[in-house]
Amino acid sequence: MKHLFGIAQLSREQIEYLVNLGASFVELSRRSVKKAPTLRGKTIINLFFENSTRTRTSFELAGKRLSADVINISASTSATKKGESLLDTGETLAAMQPHVLVIRHAIAGTCEFLADYLPDTSIVNAGDGAHEHPTQILTDLLTLKQTWDSPQGKVITIVGDIAHSRVARSHLLAAQKLGYSVRVVAPKTLLPLAIERFGCEVYHDFDAAIPGSDVLYMLRMQTERMTSSCCFPSIREYHEAYGLNRRRLDMAGKDCVVMHPGPMNRGVEITSDVADSARSHILDQVECGVAVRMAVLTALCGGGQTEPVRRSRKREQAEAAMKAQGKLL
Amino acid sequence: MSETIFDSKTVEQALDTMVRALRSNEVYMIGIQQGGARVADTLQQRLESSGCHVERGNLDISFYRDDLDTIGPNPEVRPSHLPFDVSGKNIWLVDDVLYTGRTIRAALGEIFDYGRPASIHLAVLVDRGGRELPIAADCTGLFCEAGVNDSVKLVTNGDWHIEQHEVVA
Repeated sequence: MKHLFGIAQLSREQIEYLVNLGASFVELSRRSVKKAPTLRGKTIINLFFENSTRTRTSFELAGKRLSADVINISASTSATKKGESLLDTGETLAAMQPHVLVIRHAIAGTCEFLADYLPDTSIVNAGDGAHEHPTQILTDLLTLKQTWDSPQGKVITIVGDIAHSRVARSHLLAAQKLGYSVRVVAPKTLLPLAIERFGCEVYHDFDAAIPGSDVLYMLRMQTERMTSSCCFPSIREYHEAYGLNRRRLDMAGKDCVVMHPGPMNRGVEITSDVADSARSHILDQVECGVAVRMAVLTALCGGGQTEPVRRSRKREQAEAAMKAQGKLL
Repeated sequence: MSETIFDSKTVEQALDTMVRALRSNEVYMIGIQQGGARVADTLQQRLESSGCHVERGNLDISFYRDDLDTIGPNPEVRPSHLPFDVSGKNIWLVDDVLYTGRTIRAALGEIFDYGRPASIHLAVLVDRGGRELPIAADCTGLFCEAGVNDSVKLVTNGDWHIEQHEVVA
């Protein structure tokens, strides 16, 4: 595997391979000496154009525990602030010969775009806009693997801001590949158009979606991505209609677990007593996140790649195309 | 086409010889996944039935290998499990087949990440020659000479025996 752009690109076998590889790394983080030499001599750059605590930290820890050299760059301190283009930042970093670039950006498709121009660097998507967040889904699958052997036939109910959620989108793609089903629960203002084309059940009433769910997967309201203020009337009203509280948790089966990709807003999508209950797997998700990212980095740095390395002169091609277009106009 | 080079009777005798060499009041034994762990399991049983106290652990050395760049990650990694503190202990490291010595080198690296043992000794069921590192076993059940194109394997389905077959490069 050369890049990890999203769940869409992965086959069922590749997803299972990464989750199983992740499972073997869980134990490494529980040792007193949390270090293995697997990625010694590899360089990993975390390039984050959006704020992040757990994803960035877990990529950093994953790399460091496998002895790679990890560098973090956040947009607020990068040359982007001084007006450098995304492509120039990418090419500058690639010229320093890292093995892996981990990228988070607010615009969907950033990773695919950069990969076309940087033929020698492996790129991992750590979240691009509302498009995909593959390592979060692998994390969730690893967390659930510790409860059930296979997600096949299970029902994951995703509640909240589906419209802005890359996690929801990636789950919908993974569900089709792995054979679990997804229910989405949200007011119409927080649902993308035609979401049922992903093959999920759509609910507007949270209480109706709870019976039969194996996971209640809560999402944060991504107010920073909302372009208008009319997505929901008020926090209090949203909490009444779509917040997970003790009453709703009691309505679910006794084996139903609670998950959240974080960061969570207590009192909005989830109440404190549910978040801290024994049925909440939220902190297990964080632990599994480090292990899964170790697996992803190992798979990308590992040899045995059969794909030929593309030596593209993409930039020249793009400029020639622009010129040709200019002549036509 | 594989050929049995040691039958189950010879393997049984070799295991008994190894048990005699390992016997002491307290044995700390670490098996290398997966063949070495099986050998360690049977050694543990035999030692315990002769009255020794055995502390066991298993290592998967996949993350410590030196060939990630050439062959990629191992698809089936089993977790390492060392339930005792290795610091200050005299440890027997157990593997099924000793060949280049690279697995042992990786295992030594991993053990030292858990602590600082007083000593580590190596017990192997078969030494097939062909070392690429200055590593030798302290307790060896069986010896054979196998070429670079040969693969020597412990077969544990049914009666244990050792097979050798040529690998087509």
